[in-house]
This record gives sequence, C-alpha cells and structure tokens, in this order.
Amino acid sequence: MNVPELLAGRRICVCAGSGGVGKTTTSAVIGLGMAARGLRVCVITIDPARRLATALGLNELSNEPRRVDVARWRTGLTPGTGDPPGTAADVEPAAGELWAMMLDPKQTFDDLIDAAAPTVERAAAIKANGIYRQLSSAVAGSQEFTAVSKLYELAQSDRFDLLVLDTPPARNALDFLEAPQRLTGFLDGRALQALARPTGLGVRLLGVGAAPLLSGLKRITGLDLVSDITTFLGLLGPMAETFGHRARAVEALLRSPETAFLLIASAQAGSIDEAVWFAESLERRQLPFSGVIVNRFHHDLVGPTPLGDLEAALTAALGGDTDLAVRVAETMAAYHALAVRDDAELDRLRTRLGEVPLLAVPQFDAEITDVSGLARIHAYLFGSEAERAALIATLTA
Amino acid sequence: MPALLDHRLIFVTGKGGVGKTTIARGLGLLGAQQGRRVIIAELTPTCPEGGIAEIELDENLFFIAVDPQAAMEEYLRIKGGAVGSVLAHSRLFATLAMATPGLRELLGMGKIWELAQLERRTRDGDAYDLVVVDAPATGHGVAALRTPRVFADTARVGPIAAHAAAIATTIAEPDFTAVVAVTVAEEMPVRETLSLADTLADDGLQLDAVVLNQHRAARFSAEEDEQIAAALAARSPIRPGDAVAGALSAARSARARAEAQREHADALTARFGDRLVRVPALSDDPEGLAPAVAHALVKGL
Ligand SMILES: Nc1ncnc2c1ncn2[C@@H]1O[C@H](COP(=O)(O)OP(=O)(O)OP(=O)(O)O)[C@@H](O)[C@H]1O
Ligand SMILES: Nc1ncnc2c1ncn2[C@@H]1O[C@H](COP(=O)(O)OP(=O)(O)OP(=O)(O)O)[C@@H](O)[C@H]1O
Ligand SMILES: [Mg+2]
Ligand SMILES: [Mg+2]
Repeated sequence: MNVPELLAGRRICVCAGSGGVGKTTTSAVIGLGMAARGLRVCVITIDPARRLATALGLNELSNEPRRVDVARWRTGLTPGTGDPPGTAADVEPAAGELWAMMLDPKQTFDDLIDAAAPTVERAAAIKANGIYRQLSSAVAGSQEFTAVSKLYELAQSDRFDLLVLDTPPARNALDFLEAPQRLTGFLDGRALQALARPTGLGVRLLGVGAAPLLSGLKRITGLDLVSDITTFLGLLGPMAETFGHRARAVEALLRSPETAFLLIASAQAGSIDEAVWFAESLERRQLPFSGVIVNRFHHDLVGPTPLGDLEAALTAALGGDTDLAVRVAETMAAYHALAVRDDAELDRLRTRLGEVPLLAVPQFDAEITDVSGLARIHAYLFGSEAERAALIATLTA
Repeated sequence: MPALLDHRLIFVTGKGGVGKTTIARGLGLLGAQQGRRVIIAELTPTCPEGGIAEIELDENLFFIAVDPQAAMEEYLRIKGGAVGSVLAHSRLFATLAMATPGLRELLGMGKIWELAQLERRTRDGDAYDLVVVDAPATGHGVAALRTPRVFADTARVGPIAAHAAAIATTIAEPDFTAVVAVTVAEEMPVRETLSLADTLADDGLQLDAVVLNQHRAARFSAEEDEQIAAALAARSPIRPGDAVAGALSAARSARARAEAQREHADALTARFGDRLVRVPALSDDPEGLAPAVAHALVKGL
C-alpha cells in the first residue's frame, strides 16, 4: 500500500493529527508526489515553517492558490550526485501542476462576508462590529472554520483534480471538524435569535421562560456584550442562514466517497489511543477514514546486541578508543530502546485498527525544510512495499 | 520574585506536542515532593468528557480536567441562586454560553482561579499551595490568559465583569502567577516561544521560565564524528545486521540531531539566559517519565 493507491479516485485528502506530528510536512509531500503523477493538485497549508514555505515558494499568506514554481523544487537538490533513491527526478511533475496556498483566516472570513452580504455597506458594518472582529481573529475556531470553507470553495470549481488539506494545530485530530460547528452554531444564531424573540420556538420547547434566561445571560455576561451580540446578529440577518447551509454542504463534501481522511501520528505513547479514537469518531460521523501515517518512526536497525560484546567490537572498529566506543554503544542502546518502543506501538496499532492501511516514515536527522527533505519522505509514502524495504535497509549505512 | 514553585499558579503553555503535559506533571510532582499540596489542572479547549472532579494521584498530588461546561454549571450554582440552577440545566443556555466568543476560556480560567484561592468557593474544597495548569497550545493558551482582561473590558457591568477583572488582576500579579513556556529545539516551536514572550510583554506579563524539552546534548565532538565516519566507511559494503555499523550510524545520527538542535537552543539561550531550563529526551516508560522529568527540572530550576 502507498499514497497513490490510498488516494485513487479521491478528490480531497485531509491530513489530520495532533500538534506537531507532521501534518504540514506530509501534506506538502502528498501534493508534490501526486502532482508528479500528473494530477493538478492544490495544497491548502496552515502556518508552515518559514523555511518550508520558502522552499515551496510561498512567502506570504494568500487566499488564492499560487502555482509552485518547478524550478524551485530543484534548489537544494543536486541531481545525480549520490542523492538517496527517490529524490530529484521522482518529484518532478510530468503533466501535473502543483498549487499551494497558505491560509489567511482573517482574509478568508472577510471574503465570506463580502460574498454573502447584500450590500457593500452591510459588509462594512459587519466587518466593523466588535463581535465579528473577535470571531474572525480568535484562534479558537477561525482557522478551522476558514480552512474547511476554503476547501469547499475550491472543490466547487474544476480547477484541481486533488485538494490536500493540512489542518490547524490542535490538541486532537477532530478539532478542525468540531470548531467550525461551534462557530456555525453561533453564526447560525438560532439560540440567540430565539432569545431575541422571547416567544421563539426554541425557548418554549425547552420549557424555560425566556425572561430568566435573558436576565441570567445579563447576569453572566454583562449587558453590553448581549447587546453587541444582538446587534451583530441583526446585521447578519438572513446571512446567518447562508453560513448554516454552507456548513451542511461542507459536511456532505467531507462525507463523500471522494474524500480521504489520513491520520498523521507519531509512534510515541498515546498515539494508539488517539488513532483508535480518531477512527471511531470518523466512523460515527460517517466520514471516510483511509489510513494512518506513522511519522518520525525509529526503525530497528540491527536487533538487540549484548552491550559488552558491542563495546568490544566498537573499540576494535574505532582503533582502540574505548571511551568513544562506550559512548557510541550507549547511544545505540538509547536508539534501540526507541526502536523497540516504536515497533511495539506499530504492532499494537495494526492489531487495533485491523484493515486500515499503515505507512511508516522514519525520523530523519534534520528538520524537513527543503524539497530534498520532502523527497526523502516521498520515497516512503509513494514507493512500493519492496522499494520501502530496500530504503529501510539503507538507513543503516 | 519568588522561586518558580513558590507561585500559587503556574501556567504551562507551548506549541502542540512539545511536552506541556509532561512538564506540567513533572513540575506538579516536584512541588508535591517538596511538601506542597499540588493540583495539576488540565485546561482543555474542547470537552470530550464532562466532569470536574479533583482526583488524588499521589501523596499531596491531585489532578483535575477542567471542562468549561462543567465549570459553568458549577459557577451558576454558586453564584446564580435559583435562576442559576435553572440556567445550569438549560441546554439552550449552555449552547449559547459555549458559543459566545471567549466565554469558554473565561469559565475555564474562572475554575483555575477558584482552585488557586485559599478560601475555596466550592463546598469541601481544600486549599492548594500550588496549581499547575496544563494549558492548551500557545495560541489557545494565550487566549485563555487574556480572556479575563478582554472580558472585564468588554462587559463593563455585572458580576462577570467584576469576576473577570479579579481573575485578570490575579494573572497579572507576578508573585502569584508564573507562566512557563515549553518548547523543543525546532524552528516553529522556538519561533512561537519567542513570539509568545513578545505577546506576553505587550500585556505586561513575562515568561518566568522556558523549558527546552527533549533536549539532546552533543555527545560527540567534530573530531570524534570524523573518527566514527571513518570507522563506518571502513566497514563498507555493510552487510545486513552489522551491529557495529548500526551503532556507528546511530551515533552519527545522534550527533546530526544534536547539531540541528544547537542553532535553536542558542537562540533560546540568547533570549532567555538563565530562565532557560533543559530537560533531556528521556526514553522512559510513561510511568517513569514524570519522576525523571521532575529530577531534570530540580537541577535546572
Ligand atoms: N520524518 C521526520 N523526520 C524529521 N523531522 C520531521 C519529520 N516529519 C516532520 N518533521 C519536522 O517536525 C516538525 C513539525 O512538522 P510539521 O510542521 O509538519 O507538523 P504539524 O503537524 O503540521 O505541526 P502543527 O500541529 O504545529 O501544525 C517540523 O520541524 C518538521 O520539519
Ligand atoms: N523529555 C521527554 N522525554 C521523552 N519523552 C517525552 C519527553 N517529553 C515529552 N515526551 C513524550 O512526547 C509526547 C508528547 O508530550 P506531551 O503529551 O507532554 O505534549 P503536549 O505538549 O502536552 O501535547 P499536546 O499539545 O497534544 O497536549 C508524549 O508521548 C510524551 O511522553
Ligand atoms: Mg502544521
Ligand atoms: Mg498535553
């Protein structure tokens, strides 16, 4: 199994996972690799490391995809000079195109308002509203909300064969689905509108008089805030419904069989539980779970070796430098412990997830900041089973 | 300025996955080992499971997961009287309150504040000497720290404004509250830590400590690395399962990783000086991790 097989027939690939596991890196690799296979691909990245962004030719936030200049892919690459297999040539696109954008949540939000508002004046009034400003720039929710919004928008056009969505840093992999729902819940404003009209259905259904609710709200939040919210929702008016519709359309899109959810995970403790929980949550929401990429994996290079024997052999190899040999042996023991742990975790993951495809990407020595780094990961995600095994064997050398 | 563990409230934040939970546990354990009554409070931005119970982990060491919804219900019961308990049970009200920008964060911070009071508001709540907050990742973490001030300024009247103002004052009190940033020596986490320090400074706060977690000290000099590389080259072509070659290349990897970290570690040292505490990568099992981290912290603090 490899990424092209996982993504056969899919138009959307969502890379989810908890903070710092490699979502942005993996999204870039998938974009690169699929473009190299002739597809028109757009990667929606969120807050990439500066050096990686530069490597992709993205130097500022933008709300429109930009074509990634192929010539840039070669910077930092020296083809034909002993690069490991699967680097330069493999990632040069044949007929494909790679596009990328760095999501600008605030701008995306403003664009949404501009598009939905009946008049320019109304749009301006909304954008000037304090509650709107808080909403559109709040960390909690606005990245998630605008990311799926952008995905939806791009999916409506035929410009791309594949959209790869990187997801915002979050504590858990499903936050990017839940946060937009919370925000839409607010924008949709049914609860608030029910309050504004005290005879509203919502209030009566719950069997609670509106008066205590309203006064309770005042008691809790202070008057000014309530009137701010009411003004804001008044301004939004029927637009609120537009947001509701859109949210439902996004849900439908994510649920479609043309979408693939990939979980990016680390082999560290806790990732198993997370993966299992992620799989179950997706299933509950009827969302298509397609595979797990276990990133930063430590491969067991040589199996256990008695420390004493190893020290002796290393001393010989290092020209009798016992002190150095001991430290090398200790380093090996530490590495081996990690490898054993990762291996056990991967096994447990396999058992718990059953049929779900699993791909492991090794921990490299340096951060992935350029195209040759991406190419190295590419070899693991896009190669065949046999090619991967051959690569892992060369890790020793 | 009191020592870090002599604050009443320690707020631990940092980029996702860098080790906030691990360091918060280590700090909590260390505080407890030194005889304080400590609670570690996980401040979650989402609420997978409800509940707001204080669980005893160990001698002097407690844990609580602060669910904003449960925190709100508790607040309403304490403050809202009869109306409060009606509201506490209203689904509509809960939806509304949870969707109101910033209110979730405020309620979470309100509970943290309550835990840190010597006179607890909750019935049979005993006082803690130290509350260690396992805060959400930087962005959300800063939002949580700021929310009380923002609320106090926006909602100028009513009890919540007064309450928010009280919390904000506590947070701004350097003898009471400390902020700790956790980072690893990689580009993005370090950049976030530096910009966190700037953001806090704008609010009149500062980072009391920066923990460089998963730190890999250089174990091999450049000369030794050459020696190792030569020994590795001498074994070429390497036959599968060659343990010596495996060890030599693991050593080269370890050196390369330490080197890759150095530039970032230097940037942190330059900015934070002796406020920087290094905690090595400890390949312990999950149970052994907290004591090992506590041990590493005791040396650094
Ligand atoms: N296989 C790997 N080997 C070594 N370093 C890696 C590997 N994969 C990713 N990294 C590095 O790990 C760091 C985090 O990666 P990345 O930014 O892709 O994670 P993320 O999941 O997008 O993080 P966030 O949740 O903060 O958005 C980067 O510095 C990246 O270069
Ligand atoms: N010093 C360390 N040595 C070894 N492993 C560590 C160390 N610090 C953290 N870890 C491991 O790294 C992983 C992430 O750590 P942790 O859960 O504390 O991060 P976090 O910042 O709380 O993550 P999140 O943002 O998801 O809440 C865990 O598996 C933890 O066991
Ligand atoms: Mg990212
Ligand atoms: Mg955590």
